Amino acid sequence: MAKLSLNGICKSFGKTAILKDISLDIEDGEFVSLVGQSGCGKSTLLRVIAGLETPDSGEIRIDGARVNDAAPKHRNIAMVFQDYALYPHMSVAENMGMPLIMARLPLHARLPLLRHLAPAHARERPGIQRDVAEVARKLRIEHLLDRRPAQLSGGQRQRVALGRALVRDPKIFLMDEPLSNLDAKLRVQVRREISELHASSGLTFVYVTHDQVEAMTMSSRVALMQGGSILQMGAPNTLYGNPDTVDVARFIGSPEINILPGTLEDGVVRCGEIVLPIAPAAGGGLRSGPVQVGVRPEHMVLETVPELAYPARAGRGLSLTFRKQTIEDLGGEVLVHGRLDGHPEHDVRIRAQKSEAYGCGGSLSEARDWEVRVNPAHILLFDAGGMRLRAEPVLADDHAEPAALQGGLRKKLDLV
Amino acid sequence: MTPLLQDGPSRPSRFDLPALWRAVRPRSPSAVIVTALLLLGAWIMVFPFIWMVSSSLKPTSEVFAPVFTIIPKTFAGLGNYYSVLFDQPYPRFLLNSLIVCVGILVVQLVTAIPAAYALAKLKFRGSTILFGTVVASLTIPINVTSIPIYIGIVKVGLLDTHVAMMFPFFISVFAIFLFRQFFRTFPDSIIQAARIDGFSEMEIVLRLILPSAVPAIAAFSVFSFVAHWNDLYWPLIVVQSQDKMTATLSMMQYQQEFYTDYGKTFASATVVTAPMVIAFLLARRHFIRGITMTGVKG
Amino acid sequence: MATATTASPLQRAQARLAYWLVAPATLLILLIYIVPIAMVIAASLTDYTLVSDYFEFVGLDNYRRMATDDQFGNALHNTFVFAVMFLPAAFVVSLVLAIAIQERKQFRSILEVLYFLPVTSTLAAMALVWAALLDSRQGVINGVIAALGLPPLNFLGSQDLVLFSLALISLWSTIGFNMVLFLAGLTAIPKNLYEAAAIDGADHPLDRFFKVTWPMLGPTAMFVAITTSITAFKLFDVVAIVTRGGPDKASEVYLYLAFLEGFEYFNMGYSAALSLVFLLLILVFAIIQAVVVDRRVHY
Repeated sequence: MAKLSLNGICKSFGKTAILKDISLDIEDGEFVSLVGQSGCGKSTLLRVIAGLETPDSGEIRIDGARVNDAAPKHRNIAMVFQDYALYPHMSVAENMGMPLIMARLPLHARLPLLRHLAPAHARERPGIQRDVAEVARKLRIEHLLDRRPAQLSGGQRQRVALGRALVRDPKIFLMDEPLSNLDAKLRVQVRREISELHASSGLTFVYVTHDQVEAMTMSSRVALMQGGSILQMGAPNTLYGNPDTVDVARFIGSPEINILPGTLEDGVVRCGEIVLPIAPAAGGGLRSGPVQVGVRPEHMVLETVPELAYPARAGRGLSLTFRKQTIEDLGGEVLVHGRLDGHPEHDVRIRAQKSEAYGCGGSLSEARDWEVRVNPAHILLFDAGGMRLRAEPVLADDHAEPAALQGGLRKKLDLV
Repeated sequence: MTPLLQDGPSRPSRFDLPALWRAVRPRSPSAVIVTALLLLGAWIMVFPFIWMVSSSLKPTSEVFAPVFTIIPKTFAGLGNYYSVLFDQPYPRFLLNSLIVCVGILVVQLVTAIPAAYALAKLKFRGSTILFGTVVASLTIPINVTSIPIYIGIVKVGLLDTHVAMMFPFFISVFAIFLFRQFFRTFPDSIIQAARIDGFSEMEIVLRLILPSAVPAIAAFSVFSFVAHWNDLYWPLIVVQSQDKMTATLSMMQYQQEFYTDYGKTFASATVVTAPMVIAFLLARRHFIRGITMTGVKG
Repeated sequence: MATATTASPLQRAQARLAYWLVAPATLLILLIYIVPIAMVIAASLTDYTLVSDYFEFVGLDNYRRMATDDQFGNALHNTFVFAVMFLPAAFVVSLVLAIAIQERKQFRSILEVLYFLPVTSTLAAMALVWAALLDSRQGVINGVIAALGLPPLNFLGSQDLVLFSLALISLWSTIGFNMVLFLAGLTAIPKNLYEAAAIDGADHPLDRFFKVTWPMLGPTAMFVAITTSITAFKLFDVVAIVTRGGPDKASEVYLYLAFLEGFEYFNMGYSAALSLVFLLLILVFAIIQAVVVDRRVHY
């Protein structure tokens, strides 16, 4: 059982605060990703957990025991480094055996020459070799045991690094961007292997990455970091569907969420001239002021384009006018760039599946206005500072037409 | 798990004494001891210089006083240095050293850079043999070739001249080797682009390659200058008159006079050592890089 | 290599330019290296002396003479005794210094400068200072020894101590150089290897040294060992200034003997043979370096 708790961790290098009062709890067997742009402090946080950096303040507990002052080797952790940090002068077997030699042999049995005199050296050797071979078999690298790291491919080195971490039977597995040095294809493969490793070992994993796709696909929970703080921590779907801030919404999801400026006036949300069929939850605080309106590219529906396929009709929703500018063919999907009526300065991205009619010279290639529909449940509302404003869809009937809707603006707002 | 939203960080204030202490505190008692030992060692390394300068300011009687003091009891510095710089031809010695070092360096650069460029970037028959000869010559020190070169100099009647003092060093195979390695890293695509743009080969060397080689040239210049300023062996062989003596060679004359006028002896030692030491202190990085450059060759 | 018949005009123009560019260097290499080496080899087979133009071909006599020459044996012995004292110290002291300085957060650059200072200074001048410091009666070092209640040592005047004293002075003038080479080697070791070692449990200083530092420092260590050895066999300046081979030839080292034979006694033939043996020695070191370094690089 390995539960990891951080409480109020602060760390500065010189005058730069890298970690600002970080607290988080990781349960036994969880796979938690620390994700964020470079410089957000995620790697430093991992190194604090590993014991490679000492926090200026705050507490690290593993299974309830405070480990702030414990050396890395006493924390029951293993770590995979970004560039693997394999010892170039040692064979794969020696690399993987290092943690065991350190744990099982006394100092004098580890020194050159002197070790041949130490009985522990001869006694422990077979056991170490057996354990290394065992892990190597699991990772399918037995045939590489005699090679040096320089003779291995990137994927093989990655596996050796995993092996060196696994061999010591750690409680917590720390990984610092382990896939960033692999090519795209291999990355997908190793990603699955790490997930399988997590599932089969039942260990607690803490995984640092700048790639939100990695974080989303592998983790049970994701902690999104920015500027030394955790912006939001939760299950991948929570971060995607229910982000706390506009920064979280922007970081998670690809292509990036569409954000348009809007205003809030006495509980009525406008985006440009359009009144949105949503209302901020009661007691939300803010009643008036500038807001930001977010809709993910896959939630903007070009239902009337025959080349695009939608599993079901969008149903009741907001209808807007969209003018296509460019199309990116992503294979099974397309990404359509264009502008919404009334927002000429904002690039809007729409992502959709292709239908069978795609590529037959249909109307998508013509420059014309399309109707785009949005389910109000998919609209994310943020205040000017980027904090989420909880909002609920408002049905047309409940929504007594406010005074603002009169005067010719009605045509833009079409609730189906 | 509820998301944790932190407001402002609890940054230590500017005058947070504990944080300041954390930044400068020694990590452990053993670290303090090691630092102290290193500083003691540094004192031993520097002590000969301190002793030399201090003695150069003392009258002869005080140099070997039973108790050494850094500050002279009787200040005789003015007299010592006056005598070194005006009674003895020290300005002449220093000038000789300067002429020899500059002359060697200029010829070395002028001969080595074009050859290195040709070896690095141009195809010509014999380049392999030439480069092989350069590498083989790297191992041959002046001590091995000094006899025939000396005989040759005697035969052409150039003994005891500046040219004789410089001649064996007019070519630096090390410079050719170093610059060739440096030029090889210069991208071919830029040279080809320059040819297409209408640069002549000479212009390519002068306007593209040379400016890019400035760091290597600077490092080599330091290396060459220091080596020849400090050289004792070759001047000892070819210099006969006081008129051609280099600063370093002038130290030989104190073998005889060593026990007569200590103050002046160490004043002249200071004058001879000072140029390189001062230059080193002014351009520490360049010096360390230039002198240890042999360590990165190959 | 392309032959002239198939070469394009551009290639031919390039080759022409290349010959102009290498011509001065080639000429000088011929004059300063090739011809002199040939002449040294030739001279070593004669009894040529500068004082008389008459000389005879004596075959390998000069080399045979070395085998029986007490001077040669003495110089070789002195050089090796010096090397045995100087080499390990110059290697170990500078390595320890480099590791200690590398770990310093404060004082690092000032320490680097102070230890390197002797390297740039004029050894001929500093040798005079050392001679004064090591003086048997009035030297500062004997002052310290006397203060400890020990009898004074005749550092430069005693046949038993003079090589030790020369080793001391050479050490002073070399360790900064070696230290900077080691520092460069240490800096090139990736920091995350030490971190991986710490995670693996190798956080004891001895483990760090033997598992990471020493193996990773291999090529640097080899280079330092070779250059220091060559420095040891090139010992000349301090001997020429301070001891002149004395007392009673106890500090007459190899190069100083070759210098005396050639330029004091004008036995050019014998001196040439001595030089060639010296070159052979240096070549052996160069070959060791080339072979071992090549092998070490292929991890």
